[in-house]
Amino acid sequence: MSGREGTGEFRKRKHDNFPHGHRREEKDSINPPSAMTMSFKAFQVELDTKHDKYERLVKLSRDITIESKRVIFLLHRITSAPNGEEILMESETKLDLVRQKIKQVAQELMGEDMYQFHRAISPGLQEYVEAVSFQYFIKTRSLVSIEEINRQLIFSEEDKDEEAKPSSDCHNKQHNTSSLKVTPVDYLLGVADLTGELMRMCINSVGNGDIDTPFELSQFLRQIYDGFSYIGNTGPYEVSKKLYTLKQSLAKVENACYTLKVRGSEIPKHMLADVFSSKTEIIDHEDGLS
Amino acid sequence: MSVSEMFIALQGVLTADQDIREEIRKVVQTLEQTAREILTVLQGVHQGSGFQDIPKKCQKAREHFGTVRTQLASLKNKFPADQYYRFNEHWRFVLQRLVFLAAFVVYLETETLVTREAATEILGIESEREKGFHLDIEDYLSGVLTLASELARLAVNSVTAGDYARPLRISAFINELDSGFRLLNLKNDSLRKRYDGLKYDVKKIEEVVYDLSIRGLNKDSIANAGGEK
Repeated sequence: MSGREGTGEFRKRKHDNFPHGHRREEKDSINPPSAMTMSFKAFQVELDTKHDKYERLVKLSRDITIESKRVIFLLHRITSAPNGEEILMESETKLDLVRQKIKQVAQELMGEDMYQFHRAISPGLQEYVEAVSFQYFIKTRSLVSIEEINRQLIFSEEDKDEEAKPSSDCHNKQHNTSSLKVTPVDYLLGVADLTGELMRMCINSVGNGDIDTPFELSQFLRQIYDGFSYIGNTGPYEVSKKLYTLKQSLAKVENACYTLKVRGSEIPKHMLADVFSSKTEIIDHEDGLS
Repeated sequence: MSVSEMFIALQGVLTADQDIREEIRKVVQTLEQTAREILTVLQGVHQGSGFQDIPKKCQKAREHFGTVRTQLASLKNKFPADQYYRFNEHWRFVLQRLVFLAAFVVYLETETLVTREAATEILGIESEREKGFHLDIEDYLSGVLTLASELARLAVNSVTAGDYARPLRISAFINELDSGFRLLNLKNDSLRKRYDGLKYDVKKIEEVVYDLSIRGLNKDSIANAGGEK
């Protein structure tokens, strides 16, 4: 009978209350926990552990996404020059907070196969790549490399363990550190998202009467677009899907530059913003058709 | 590093990745072929005449599992050992199928559920993740669920073949399996969907048992099986 009580504790789902379930178990309870029941109890523990870990990672990923989005919004405020440095500093501290979250992820994944839980954390990581690369672009006007991103995601540990697990997700593991590697695909998807932000930044800066930034941006975006075209369909499906949006962003920026060139000399600067808002709308329609 | 250099490097990574996948696909194809062969051998039990030489069929199937072991061993060498889950989806299906076949053989031989360890042994892989190419618990459970529907079919066919005792034994087995699965808290994923099908297998077998008992067909078979006259 003790076996039956034991299983009773684990019953959580409502369909477990079917009467024939009881009947059946009474039949079984002559020789209480059979070998099969025992192994299924072990499976239950194993599955629950795995699911719990997955859920924790999803939660962390969502937090990372939200915080990274806030960093991006913050960085968009930078276009009006005077407090630029200040905002950059602030974004840096915010990104540090995000990295603290990623550290938790790394600890969660210690000794695990990272790809087993990749689906849980991938969105967060992409958003983080987007935020970091955006900040890096504003600072240096160039594209942050995947190695640079991964370098920032090595966390040193004050204490304990991890000698017994050399087979975890990274190869260059030293002791007392935990690290997380952004996969190439996550990186690519993050960079593709970055182009959307750059396009916004371009249009914004025109609105602020900044004439140089759009040209820099179109140059940069073109390089990224060329890069993605080079990869083409060797990459996974998600990457090729982003290529379309990327093309749209590039078209907007290039058209903005075109308008600046053609009409910038004629139109008073304060009116340029109006020219753009109507111009970009037209582009939207065209893209919708094609 | 310029932007284009970065993308060239990334492209190299992606191409290498694709090459690995291509290699894996090739091995998985041969594995699927072997799995089909084993299935064909075992399908013989559903025919009326097949019930007599079950041990012979199991024997033959076990020989095929030798091929499976070498094929799985070559699959192991196609990718880095610590990236099992990166390429997992390529062999997921065939591995579940192989677990089912192993479980079917073990059931036919001993009428017990193959343990996870025994299944990994038959397939020549590890039972724990740390040690290398292993059997994921969800894949194991999926294979077991496939076994359940196969047994439901076997119960029907064994009645046709005049073996009235077998459905009762299958019924006891599958009921135990069902209560085992009830212990699990499944997420809303593919395993859960397949588990939802288990109740129909249970129902099917219960109907067979009912048909037998209402006609008194199972009486003497119980006597024969239990040895109580």
